[in-house]
Amino acid sequence: MIPTLPATTPAIQRKAALTKLSRHRLLASPAGLAGTLWLAAMITASLTAPWWLPFQTEDQDFTAVLSGPTATHWLGTDELGRDILSRIFASAAETLGTSFIAVVVGVGLGTLLALAAASSQRGEGVISRVTEVMMSLPGTVIILAVIGAVGTNIPLIMAILGVLISAGIYRVMLGQAKSLQNQLYVDAAKVDGLGPLAISARHVLPGLATTIVVQSALIFAVGLLIQAGLAFIGFGPPLPQPSWGGMIQSASQHVYDAPWLMVPTGVVLALTVLSANAIGNALGKGPNDTASHLPSAAIRRKRAGQAVAAAAAAPAVGNPPAAGKLSVRGLSVGVDGGTPLVTDVSFDVEPGIVLGLVGESGCGKTMTALSLMGLLPSGVAVTGGQILWNGKNLAAATDKDMESIRGRDVALISQEPMRALDPMFTVGYQLTSAIRRLRSMGKAAASAEALSLLEKVGIVDAKRILKTYPHQISGGMAQRVAIALALSGRPRLLVADEPTTALDVTVQAEILSLLRSLVKDTGMSVVMVTHDLGVVADICDQVAVMYAGQVVENGATASILDDPRHPYTLALLAADPHANSGHDMPERLATIKGQVPQPKDWPGGCRFAARCQFAGSACLVPVPLLPTGTGVGLVRCVKADELATEGLAWVATDVPSDLSPELGVPAEVPARHRLDIIEKDMA
Amino acid sequence: MSIETPLRSEQETTVQRKPMLEVQDLVVRYGHGRKTAAAPAAVDGVSFTIQSGETVGLVGESGSGKSTIGKAILGLQKISGGSVGFQGEDITHTTSGKRRAIGSELRAVFQDPNSSLNPRKTIGASLAEPLRVRGISAAAARTKAEDMLERVGLPREAVDRYPSQFSGGQRQRISVARALICEPKLVVCDEAVSALDLSTQAQVLNLLADLRDERGLSYLFIAHDISVVQFLAQRVVVLYRGQVMESGPAAAVTENPKHPFTQALVAASPVPRPAEQAERRAVREALGVRTASAVAAGPGGCPFRQRCPLATELCATERPALRRMGEADVACHHA
Repeated sequence: MIPTLPATTPAIQRKAALTKLSRHRLLASPAGLAGTLWLAAMITASLTAPWWLPFQTEDQDFTAVLSGPTATHWLGTDELGRDILSRIFASAAETLGTSFIAVVVGVGLGTLLALAAASSQRGEGVISRVTEVMMSLPGTVIILAVIGAVGTNIPLIMAILGVLISAGIYRVMLGQAKSLQNQLYVDAAKVDGLGPLAISARHVLPGLATTIVVQSALIFAVGLLIQAGLAFIGFGPPLPQPSWGGMIQSASQHVYDAPWLMVPTGVVLALTVLSANAIGNALGKGPNDTASHLPSAAIRRKRAGQAVAAAAAAPAVGNPPAAGKLSVRGLSVGVDGGTPLVTDVSFDVEPGIVLGLVGESGCGKTMTALSLMGLLPSGVAVTGGQILWNGKNLAAATDKDMESIRGRDVALISQEPMRALDPMFTVGYQLTSAIRRLRSMGKAAASAEALSLLEKVGIVDAKRILKTYPHQISGGMAQRVAIALALSGRPRLLVADEPTTALDVTVQAEILSLLRSLVKDTGMSVVMVTHDLGVVADICDQVAVMYAGQVVENGATASILDDPRHPYTLALLAADPHANSGHDMPERLATIKGQVPQPKDWPGGCRFAARCQFAGSACLVPVPLLPTGTGVGLVRCVKADELATEGLAWVATDVPSDLSPELGVPAEVPARHRLDIIEKDMA
Repeated sequence: MSIETPLRSEQETTVQRKPMLEVQDLVVRYGHGRKTAAAPAAVDGVSFTIQSGETVGLVGESGSGKSTIGKAILGLQKISGGSVGFQGEDITHTTSGKRRAIGSELRAVFQDPNSSLNPRKTIGASLAEPLRVRGISAAAARTKAEDMLERVGLPREAVDRYPSQFSGGQRQRISVARALICEPKLVVCDEAVSALDLSTQAQVLNLLADLRDERGLSYLFIAHDISVVQFLAQRVVVLYRGQVMESGPAAAVTENPKHPFTQALVAASPVPRPAEQAERRAVREALGVRTASAVAAGPGGCPFRQRCPLATELCATERPALRRMGEADVACHHA
């Protein structure tokens, strides 16, 4: 869910958005917070040093040579009796400042080169060759040679270091700059007539901000270390001017007689470098880096516990269903925080039947399907009801139980076939290893089975396909392979989540035919999630229309599509340009005002009422799913029978210029809430 | 090879005038430098015209070159051969400077509502950009942006918000507003409604139709879905692997397709009525079009021959020219 910002001026919003991004991540990680505090303290202390330092860097106290910490000299003194604290902080400003030169030169040059390369293919060729040469130069030798020629001019050396590092920065930035350059909004800007320079500055550079900050922090640390290293080998600022590297060098000569001498400078240098790295790490870690699409073991154990509790609370079902029958009873799915995503969903799937779950995005159809597999995303769990499969409640099953069911009894095909296939292994390897795992077959038998499975899903040159890698086959072929993979455990129930949405229509027709013949041959049942009413008409025997987390209409496909009873189904059919063709195509399509409400905005009464042409006062109370007047199917609408007898149709409405109904919420709601993103899918 | 513009009686009078857009023998090859000449053509000799106020639909499957044609017209893709004329002016190889001059009259709406607006800029900044480039003051651009948002059914306050605060359908309306803010003559819509849900898709399609009728716009409407194309377009051009297979009035092409590929495309598009869909399925199976995963045809000849039930040896050697069949032009030896 995307947080809404309070209404403010654009300038403030932009600033707030920028700082929010970086500050959040910095403060969220303890290391990042500590690093920021340390670095801020160092910078403040070094800049204000002239006013508070107890001694001049050259002041010698011969009464306390090589002393440890005392009341006068908090961090002790060196071999000439000079105050360590004063020397560390007197040299800090220069050390930090000159490291910053390396950052500005290195990151600045690297970013400029990346922007230039990303905006022109020819430029990229030239710049990449030049940076390759730069990266092959021996940096240390060059820096020593410069010192030999011009002396220990630290700012100049840091600038040269920056130039040498910029080649590496360029490499890091280039990929990101190129992907930003390929965004559609860059195309849109080009259509506007913006030149390459303006596009780089306005559309690409802002997108690189995070990487620039992260790289700067890392280069800053490198600059500090290189400076200290140079001073250590005698190429620091001219004596007697203090420098961290020089102080460490002199401490190293007294490591036996005055070991303390090493501690203050070493600790300060190490902490400063670590701080810069910690800040870089904290900023570089995206907010979602740790989240994966599969829930963590701990969360799933917790969820299993909850589900068991929920199932125990649910009323027992009278007759245990027959083998191969899926029966979902009062299923509810919600976010751990408590927001429901799916409420009170019930349906049955007999063996050999294809059930369609249809609706727009945000209706909960994917969540319902994933709950059947026990594959709900992290932070989402079954909160009530039962999923009965062969009499066993999958909603209460443990991870281990689900593992033995998933793949063998219940299999999944997803929208993106490429996601089901591992790009690193051949199709044959993936198929045979799945068969061997799920069916405990030998290697040779599994290979033969893989070949016959591929032939079964209509692949003509199955032998050749077995040897290919997923990227070598087309999308339609990949979906066939994904289906073969799903069939490898001989499932009795196939959950298909928009299996043809990413495919061309001619390929979609082939895949649907394949699924139809597989159902006929194997007698398995299919739960098919789709938004396409044409796909439902083609393959589904039964259909459950979902709206805002509920089933609003459920029954045989023919009766629902030809004679819809729920206003939402009526409206969906009227808005579908596929319902008409040729000269019957209407001048304007029917629309449903507003959009699917977000789960947190679901009203207490009928959830469709705010968008419904027929809504009245009776719609303000919760509506149960009841048999229709004719007894065919179930419908969740108090007016369903009235509408059917009066033969009312969903009438086409123009795009409303009136704003409040357009946005689906009453006008008195503040504008901020009206603009909330609504159809963002939880998945 | 060129397509005769099928003229309807009421358009007879506009024939004398220069067409809004004239694409002649367009060829696009990907790659750069010497490699380009050897690369297979993504768009291979495509010609069509769009008259003032007319909507032409480009329909085809993935890899048919339909989006590449749109990009070539917008100057986002280098053209390897042929020409593109806009209001009588040759814009085949225009630079970004000259683009700026025609950029207010030739606009685009892109597919993905998530990436067609810069997430780091406010809606107002995105909408004002095309106006600011043309030297319009910030205050005037803001007012115009607010007016345009109101026209596409969004509140005026939306100018100060970011794209992430809007749903997909709302973002696509903002993209439409962005395209129309400088009063264009021709808008290229590249899969402009493909990413939307049914009800929001209908809203955006109606909006596009309203704006066309209100302002006399021309659209080049690119989509993979022939039903969606048919809703908006008067004429349809069907593409397969970079070549025109069939072109003609939208109703004629969808109701009575002549080319085997168009027949397959229409028959594969499912309708939400079970009985009718079962008939369509039977028609599709009777067509005998071979699977899409068949090996791609080599150069020369008809690109569809590997999948075509009518293919003969002639189809492998000679590329079929477009010929008039009824109301449509069809590129097939045997149709």
